[in-house]
Amino acid sequence: MGNNILAFAEQREGKFKKSAYEVIGAAKNITNQTGGETIALVIGSGVEGIAGELGAYGADKVIVADNDSLKYYSGELYSNIVVEEAKKNEADVILMPASSMGRDLAPRCAAITGSAVAADSIAVENSDGSIIATRPVYAGKTLIKVKSSKTPFIISLRPNVFPLPEKEEGKNAEVQKSEVSVAGDSLKAIVKEIVASASGKMDLTEASVIVSGGRGMKGPENFKILEELADVLGGVVGASRSAVDAGWMPQAQQVGQTGKVVSPQLYIACGISGAIQHLAGMSSSKCIVAINKDPEAPIFQVADYGIVGDLFEVVPALTEEVKKVVSS
Amino acid sequence: MNIVVCMKRVPDTATKIRINSDGTGIDESGIEYVINPYDEYAIEAGLQLKEKFGGEVVILTLDSSEAAPVVRNALAMGADRAVILKCDKKPVDSLSTATALAEGLKALNPDVILMGKQGVDYDNSQVGPMVGQLLGIPCVSVITKLEVSDGKAVANRQIEGGEEVVEVELPAIFTAQKGLNEPRYASLKGIMAAKKKKLDEQEAQIPEGAIEVIKMEIPPAREGGKIVGEGADAVPELVKLLQFEAKVL
Repeated sequence: MGNNILAFAEQREGKFKKSAYEVIGAAKNITNQTGGETIALVIGSGVEGIAGELGAYGADKVIVADNDSLKYYSGELYSNIVVEEAKKNEADVILMPASSMGRDLAPRCAAITGSAVAADSIAVENSDGSIIATRPVYAGKTLIKVKSSKTPFIISLRPNVFPLPEKEEGKNAEVQKSEVSVAGDSLKAIVKEIVASASGKMDLTEASVIVSGGRGMKGPENFKILEELADVLGGVVGASRSAVDAGWMPQAQQVGQTGKVVSPQLYIACGISGAIQHLAGMSSSKCIVAINKDPEAPIFQVADYGIVGDLFEVVPALTEEVKKVVSS
Repeated sequence: MNIVVCMKRVPDTATKIRINSDGTGIDESGIEYVINPYDEYAIEAGLQLKEKFGGEVVILTLDSSEAAPVVRNALAMGADRAVILKCDKKPVDSLSTATALAEGLKALNPDVILMGKQGVDYDNSQVGPMVGQLLGIPCVSVITKLEVSDGKAVANRQIEGGEEVVEVELPAIFTAQKGLNEPRYASLKGIMAAKKKKLDEQEAQIPEGAIEVIKMEIPPAREGGKIVGEGADAVPELVKLLQFEAKVL
């Protein structure tokens, strides 16, 4: 094995996720120091055409596994390809996004190879040739630094945390076809269909702006004002546990220790007091704004900016003010 | 139907975490332990399957004897019996955990294995898919819906922006996400009955893991907030700050 890094570039429906570029950028950052190659791996159906562009984001080489059986994510098939390609390409480290796909794929790869995973990492560094990953545990109340005594060390990266590499226009990487055999007809788990969520909006973990509401929203109908603000900011609406448990918002929108842990550029907490479980889920946001009637609410202790006041007046005013900025 | 629910006890989510003296784990003194919240959905799903198909629900956990009171809470919800795979210290490495659980599972010959999608302590969300891989059976992770019939199951797995509908043959593993069901509370009758239920302890077979903890630390606290002002009047100033100071607009 060797210094190379295999970077799993996640795509869905023939489009790369933003996290694919983040993963390649993080891999390149390390191989620049160790002298290894960054090898991107693309798995899917009808994906050969999009693979070359990964060169512009820092991939030295791109491997493509393109097959009808790979159209939907299959843990069995995908893990086999990842493991085999890591072996063939002498990669001691495998990076992938900590997405729903990566969080299922990484442990399978580790079980096949007998190695270790650092899941949902927020930093990866090379220290004298050993790769060290930093990951939040206890929903971010604590950070842990780990390394692996076995290879390949599999590290999944939290979306939105690692910088997007700058695109070097016109720089294409060599694209190779994967020769790992794909026996799609003997699968133990078959994806029958993919159902889009009712809102059809971007997932919280991928959003760069989140406008969240809590108990202070008073009812499901009032979330409309958060939708309006989120729309002008190009973001999505989240909710605290109490708003989800009250049935005001779907569970997929919950932010917190028993919901999603998010890292957007901007997190606006409206009518959320800031229970420790909620803070754990959003405190790694780049910028936090809190709007709450109660000046003593714990949310103000983690917020970068706070407005003390009635969210039913402040939020619509904020929407109007942001509109002015966006249109100017 | 043989249903096994893998359970973990974790610090209550309201717990403030402190680091232990050697800096590689948490200080466990004074911590109150609960059933991992996601495992409660798994237990409920197991109980519902038993109500429909008969059989028994067995709780399996990898822990020290100190886990017994928390395991009894799962029995009080309605599980039939429990097995503690005994170890002095829970492994940090999820593959070690998964290997020990897989060994314990083999002896129980389950048709359906359920567990939470992740433990809210180490937040790895790895054990389910690992056990599936080790036992050579399908695993559907992060499910919000489960229908079992005729040796098959269809589960909805949460993904970004929607759900995958996945069909598997049993035996299979499912890891539960919030939304799968509404876990029941233990009734007083259930709590009394749980005291008499069988709780076995067996020595766990834990292989050495590959993960080495270098250090655990508390992340730096965020600087206390700047109150921009009160009410809607403060909005123009806030937008200016977001634009020019935080540069997020």
